[in-house]
Amino acid sequence: MIPPMIAPTSPQAEPQPNPRRTATPSAPPLLEVSDLTKHFLVGGKAGRGRAGGVKAVDGVSFALDRGETLSLVGESGCGKTTTGKSVLRLIEPTAGSVRLEGEELLGLAPSRMRSHRRDMQIIFQDPYASLNPRLSAAEIVAEPMRNFADPAWRGPGALRDRLAWLFAKVGLRPEAMAKLPGEFSGGQRQRLGIARALALKPKLIVCDEPVSALDVSVQAQVVNLLMDLQAEFGLSYLFVAHDLAVVRHISHRVAVMYLGRIVEIAECERLFTDPQHPYTRMLLSAAPIPAPGARTTRVLPIGDPPSALNPPAGCRFHPRCPMARPICRETAPPLIPHGSATGGAHRVACHLVS
Amino acid sequence: MTVPSPQADQAGRPPLLDIRDLRTHFDTPDGTVRSVDGVSYRLEARETLGIVGESGCGKSVTALSVLRLLPTPPARFAGGEIRFQGTDLLGLSEREMRRIRGNRISMIFQEPMTSLNPVLTVGRQIAEAVTLHQKIGRRQAWQRAVEMLRLVQIADPERRAGEYPHQMSGGMRQRVMIALALACHPDLLIADEPTTALDVTIQAQILELLRDLQAKLGMGIVMITHDLGVVAECCDRVVVMYAGRKVEEASVADLFERPLHPYTRALMASMPSLQGRGGRLAEIPGMVPAPQELGTGCAFAPRCPLATERCRRETPDFTGAATGHGVACFEAAPARHQPVVLHRHAGARP
Ligand SMILES: Nc1ncnc2c1ncn2[C@@H]1O[C@H](COP(=O)(O)OP(=O)(O)O)[C@@H](O)[C@H]1O
Ligand SMILES: Nc1ncnc2c1ncn2[C@@H]1O[C@H](COP(=O)(O)OP(=O)(O)O)[C@@H](O)[C@H]1O
Ligand code: SF4
Ligand SMILES: [Mg+2]
Ligand SMILES: [Mg+2]
Repeated sequence: MIPPMIAPTSPQAEPQPNPRRTATPSAPPLLEVSDLTKHFLVGGKAGRGRAGGVKAVDGVSFALDRGETLSLVGESGCGKTTTGKSVLRLIEPTAGSVRLEGEELLGLAPSRMRSHRRDMQIIFQDPYASLNPRLSAAEIVAEPMRNFADPAWRGPGALRDRLAWLFAKVGLRPEAMAKLPGEFSGGQRQRLGIARALALKPKLIVCDEPVSALDVSVQAQVVNLLMDLQAEFGLSYLFVAHDLAVVRHISHRVAVMYLGRIVEIAECERLFTDPQHPYTRMLLSAAPIPAPGARTTRVLPIGDPPSALNPPAGCRFHPRCPMARPICRETAPPLIPHGSATGGAHRVACHLVS
Repeated sequence: MTVPSPQADQAGRPPLLDIRDLRTHFDTPDGTVRSVDGVSYRLEARETLGIVGESGCGKSVTALSVLRLLPTPPARFAGGEIRFQGTDLLGLSEREMRRIRGNRISMIFQEPMTSLNPVLTVGRQIAEAVTLHQKIGRRQAWQRAVEMLRLVQIADPERRAGEYPHQMSGGMRQRVMIALALACHPDLLIADEPTTALDVTIQAQILELLRDLQAKLGMGIVMITHDLGVVAECCDRVVVMYAGRKVEEASVADLFERPLHPYTRALMASMPSLQGRGGRLAEIPGMVPAPQELGTGCAFAPRCPLATERCRRETPDFTGAATGHGVACFEAAPARHQPVVLHRHAGARP
């Protein structure tokens, strides 16, 4: 990592011990999501007359600590992006609760919400789509800081210093400031997106497939950068990626989603070494292993995931599940603690797992 | 391990595909882009050859050159040969090429919608592909289309044949594209990142399907991917490309056991493993050079920890091909010191 060219000026810049380890048990988690639900109303023949429309997210609950990375995994369309955007209220959830440091965000008036917005940022798979192509890189990173007053960047001199510091933090050269997003490579654009997300000293960053479009060698650079920034600033990440090796590398905990619901959530190592839900097992067994002959047998879910427009009754996985019993077709299994060793941290929603 | 085939096998047949020192350049207003600059690889029937490398290294341009699908200009074949069952494809007329494309050589792409026609039913598209190359009636052609859909394990193929691509999921469309590509039973299938846009579950299904179909139909497959996991799971041999050139070639087992080129080694070290939460990943500093920025010397030299003055001055030749594990690097441990196993690739994968 390139050392900062300018001494850190913001209070946040002081290296902090990872608060994840030190937070007092009584403090509320940084983020607490309960029963989050987002139904999209859809037009056209398919959607008409269906109560609730597309059940993109349908009762999702989790908590995220300071300095922690929780990953959401699952096939495309299972609701990962919708969950991330709902937490940030970039889309308005249909129901549920999102608490940031104990304060409820859903239903909060825009003026009150504004002060929380700066605590929560998002980076996307293709930062290009979210970067104004006509603004210089420096303008792009400065923009959020112009919208939120802070002593750390009050006045042109301080703003310039902070920009220089941010560019150095994400490993972009000072010359990059004058460039347009179109002049950057994919990896550099992602660094730019990260710099913009960092500008307001957020507590939480939703990372929606931030490395999925990058080549392996560049992916390693960005993964390292994200982990360095987390260690330095105690950031929390809600992380979405489809590369399970990246997820295993970067996460503290992992939640597996299927058709709008969490079917299993556990501490990262436990999830990868002792997966319980039939869907989790299949998802993990599907990932190709870069070691010839390592994978000998593989059980895959049958066919494609069904549409969230009309999810199956009972356990939503039952039509693709080789272990399904009659009860699976009728009753939705609740997400309940599995095993006693994990103190309730490992939860599974399957009738066959106790 | 596979020893590169001699000019022809014992039965006197030339290799299925034999690309020799191919140079495909683009003439652009900003100068010549040497996208593919001296690539050679060879493939036999029933064999799967993986082509790996980061984006822009020339994987697709090589493949599109084989099918002569690049408009000339701006593309220009600046050298080399592409022999398919002994015939140099670069010497054929467009008319002759049309008899080969989709018939004896087929290609599938990352995004099925680029090769499927959105306004025709999938059955009709497959049937048309068949009648284009074979003298059979419409009814028979439709029968063949349904058969092909069944072959690629699409449930209820009679009904599905009457559907349009947009009515299908991504995984199903990829199956349709495979059915379309294989409808005339080609000898060679070029698969260009066929599973990159798919979920791992669907990717695993599609790779398994390709394996089954290869065992049934016997075609050779060129599998282009940026994913070393895909290579490990479904290829026999692998070519590693960097900036328009082949930098390493080996059997899959050899490549993973003894990667020789610093780029291959770095690539492997930079992958997070499924083995656990780690510290820092090994980074390859800098980024892939754009072809128009290539100077003299080894293209990897600016990023290479082993680079010497010589590397920056001279372009390393590809050496060690005769051992079955070749590399283009001055500093790589020489492959010729490694034991050579002398047996030819024996058809389907064990
Ligand atoms: N704006 C929208 N209108 C209607 N449906 C949507 C919209 N956004 C997402 N969906 C649907 O919601 C489901 C979940 O989507 P998404 O959250 O993007 O999944 P993921 O990120 O896991 O791929 C999908 O079925 C998707 O088609
Ligand atoms: N029509 C074109 N004109 C100029 N350059 C091209 C053209 N098509 C491809 N290239 C360049 O050739 C190089 C190799 O591209 P490609 O074979 O598509 O790479 P990949 O290995 O990702 O498949 C890239 O740098 C690309 O920019
Ligand atoms: S609840 Fe039933 S259908 Fe669902 S995953 Fe468990 S066994 Fe399979
Ligand atoms: Mg998404
Ligand atoms: Mg390509």
